[in-house]
Amino acid sequence: MADEIDIVKMSGIAKTFPGVVALEDVDFSLRRGEIHALVGENGAGKSTLIKVLTGVEQPDKGTIELNGELAHVHSPEHSQELGISTVYQEVNLCTNISIAENIMLGREPYRFGSIHWQKMNEMARKAINRLSIDVDVTQPLENYSVAIQQMVAITRALEILSAKVLILDEPTSSLDIHETNLLFDVMRKLKNEGIGIIFITHFLDQVYQISDRITVLRNGKLVGTFDASSLPIVELVAKMLGRSLTELDKLSKVKSGEEKAEEKHRLVEARGLGRTGKLDPVDLELNANEILGVAGLLGSGRTELASLIFGLDAPNSGSLTVEGEKVNSFSPFDSLKRGIALCPENRKEEGVVGDLTIRENIILALQARYGWFRFLSRQKQNEISEEYIKLLGIVTPSPDQLVKNLSGGNQQKVILARWLATNPKVLILDEPTRGIDVGAKAEIQKLVLNLAEEGKSCVFISSELEEVLRVSDRVAVLREQKKVAEYASGVDDKTLIQAMAGET
Amino acid sequence: MKQLSFLKRIRDSQIFWPLVAWILILVFNAVVEPGFFKLGIIEDPVYGKHLYGNLVDVFNNGAPLMLVSIGMTLVIATGGVDLSVGAVIAISAAMGAVLINPALGKQLITNEILTRNATNTPLPIIIIANLAAGMACGLWNGFLVAKVKIQPMVATLILMVAGRGIAQLITNGQIMTIYYTPYFWFGNGYILGLPVSIYIVAAVLLISWILVRKTAIGLFIESVGINAKSTFYSGINEQNIKLFVYTFCGLCGAIAGLILSSYVHSADGNNNGLNYELDAILAVVLGGTLMTGGRFSMLASVIGAIVIWTFTVTVYSLGVPANALLAAKAVLVLVVILLYSDYSRRLINRLFERGGSQHGTAS
Repeated sequence: MADEIDIVKMSGIAKTFPGVVALEDVDFSLRRGEIHALVGENGAGKSTLIKVLTGVEQPDKGTIELNGELAHVHSPEHSQELGISTVYQEVNLCTNISIAENIMLGREPYRFGSIHWQKMNEMARKAINRLSIDVDVTQPLENYSVAIQQMVAITRALEILSAKVLILDEPTSSLDIHETNLLFDVMRKLKNEGIGIIFITHFLDQVYQISDRITVLRNGKLVGTFDASSLPIVELVAKMLGRSLTELDKLSKVKSGEEKAEEKHRLVEARGLGRTGKLDPVDLELNANEILGVAGLLGSGRTELASLIFGLDAPNSGSLTVEGEKVNSFSPFDSLKRGIALCPENRKEEGVVGDLTIRENIILALQARYGWFRFLSRQKQNEISEEYIKLLGIVTPSPDQLVKNLSGGNQQKVILARWLATNPKVLILDEPTRGIDVGAKAEIQKLVLNLAEEGKSCVFISSELEEVLRVSDRVAVLREQKKVAEYASGVDDKTLIQAMAGET
Repeated sequence: MKQLSFLKRIRDSQIFWPLVAWILILVFNAVVEPGFFKLGIIEDPVYGKHLYGNLVDVFNNGAPLMLVSIGMTLVIATGGVDLSVGAVIAISAAMGAVLINPALGKQLITNEILTRNATNTPLPIIIIANLAAGMACGLWNGFLVAKVKIQPMVATLILMVAGRGIAQLITNGQIMTIYYTPYFWFGNGYILGLPVSIYIVAAVLLISWILVRKTAIGLFIESVGINAKSTFYSGINEQNIKLFVYTFCGLCGAIAGLILSSYVHSADGNNNGLNYELDAILAVVLGGTLMTGGRFSMLASVIGAIVIWTFTVTVYSLGVPANALLAAKAVLVLVVILLYSDYSRRLINRLFERGGSQHGTAS
């Protein structure tokens, strides 16, 4: 039934970056009409393998065959000509132009020497309808949620030429369950049309939901390619981590077995805190030694809540009290002084400063508090950055590496380090584990638990319920920019899902 | 091996490429016009013995541009640009001329009064007023960019246009002759046989280096230029950083205006510092600081300015007419941009590595 010839066959691929071996003798093949999951920890080499296939990077060694013919993919444009289309992890579109323009960019229909807008919108509408999404294609992309932007990116990838190979790099990380299922329907349809799909994700249940085969990478090496039906999930995780799952189990047991008897120390108190159009008035308390989980779907107001407490936005109703003092000035700098820290949702745009070194990124917030003229000496900077590189297990040859060269999970740890260096009392983490792998996820969760142990108050915002339940002492549920419920730990996920979905 | 890594360190440093460009021009001169390097000592009736020659001219005439480039580097490092520096030079020059004018606020200005070689304003006050005017201009730019959030190119365009008008208002629409010997010292004087302006540039460069690199300001400037949003989220007030760099750039423009007006003995609202903003941007680009902001080196920009002036003096000494200078400059820009392209960098790097490995096997 399956075609004998692989549409993509990569053999013996090797790639080295300064100080890092990204890929070492990796084989990978993709059949026609197959959904092939590519999994592995951060820095396992998934992104590099994709970059080699799409011509962004040239391999040091190894060959690529397309439809049995040797191919030398020398640029991303060339890979598109060869029928390989990619949707990257972070949406790469122009948010200020219309959806139709984004989809049709570079292939606009012309009439009388100028763009035939009507036809273009028509074509774009047709294309995006393939995903059964109802949007106004003439609207600027920025008017829509990240989820819709992701769908547009996928539509664009599908539309580009007649793609034979579609690469989806973490396509579901910002989609809710409904949207994910929609995407899967589309993927199945494309699969039946004979398109080969490479599916990169950290959601292992999704891997099993849709993939035919699974290729596992670890530390730049190939662990193996397996049929999804013959590889139990426990074994898959073990292969990805190179270690067993008991660490994760232990984590949750420690948590549930512990009782907090001592008096709670109130750090932050919000009374009717809200901002018109962003968040309806919310009551909220944050205590020392405690983790507040925040659950909610995309657009439920969870990020808005974080930015109000951190002072990115000033509220226009209610009050915020930090350690008994009413807050009157709202800005990140004021929050820094008050001991409130935020690890933002959008790591690339709001978190790291890519072209600065790890050392500079780590000391940035601390230096901001010290001000312009009390400059941390180079020696002090090195001490601090090395301390946190060790503490958080940031994988890098030296603190003087540029942050942009790190994998997503390590970048997240750098942002965490930046704030931990300021010794905050309250740490707000907005999707701290988004787009990072199981191993790093567990590390970050453990770290948050430790921080709460040490007396900090943490706010843990995540779209993964299982994770919220595992780390939180209390869980607040947001829906449609309102806080709809708050539960003590021990609440079951069914209750949470119902609260998030609005079914009571 | 140690030698190799030293070579690589030099090659990775931001001043390497502008230095290469400068050396190329000097080599060209050595071949085509060896007389270019001739230096001599001359006895000046006012300032005593001093060096003269093309290379001295490069530094003396190039000083205002070097100063402006220092300020422009910081502005560009934040991801902005300051188009108004030329106008700031004119304003600073006009301030100087008006304050020196012995008839200030009393009589109509006449040539007879202007050439009296006297003033009623003490020199320190003149200097302070000059610098204050430049800083005020810079603060205005910074206010528009940081607080009102106008795009830097548009915001500074306002003062670029208005500044020359302001300079003319200050001088009452006249081209004012400056005649006051102590003031001439900045643009024409010598210390230990070298032009005063060289010392001024060195001092400004040193002070700004200390101000920027020995404090956190440099780190914050780079951080703002790379990712303003992340910087803001880290608790850094990026508005204050922007206010600072534009004000600083205005100050540099004012010092440049002081030297320039002192050198040409006049203040001309229309022509003082004409096109300096573009040359300064070119110097910064030559210095390898990206127009998009981020990593910067003020020394590299100063070398960039030296490249521009060495080239200018070279073109003049070759006998190319002044009106062809701009066309020749365009060729320089083109060559430099090609030299800086990824392709030629790879080519040169490969040449170095080949040379380096041969060296390695030999030792």
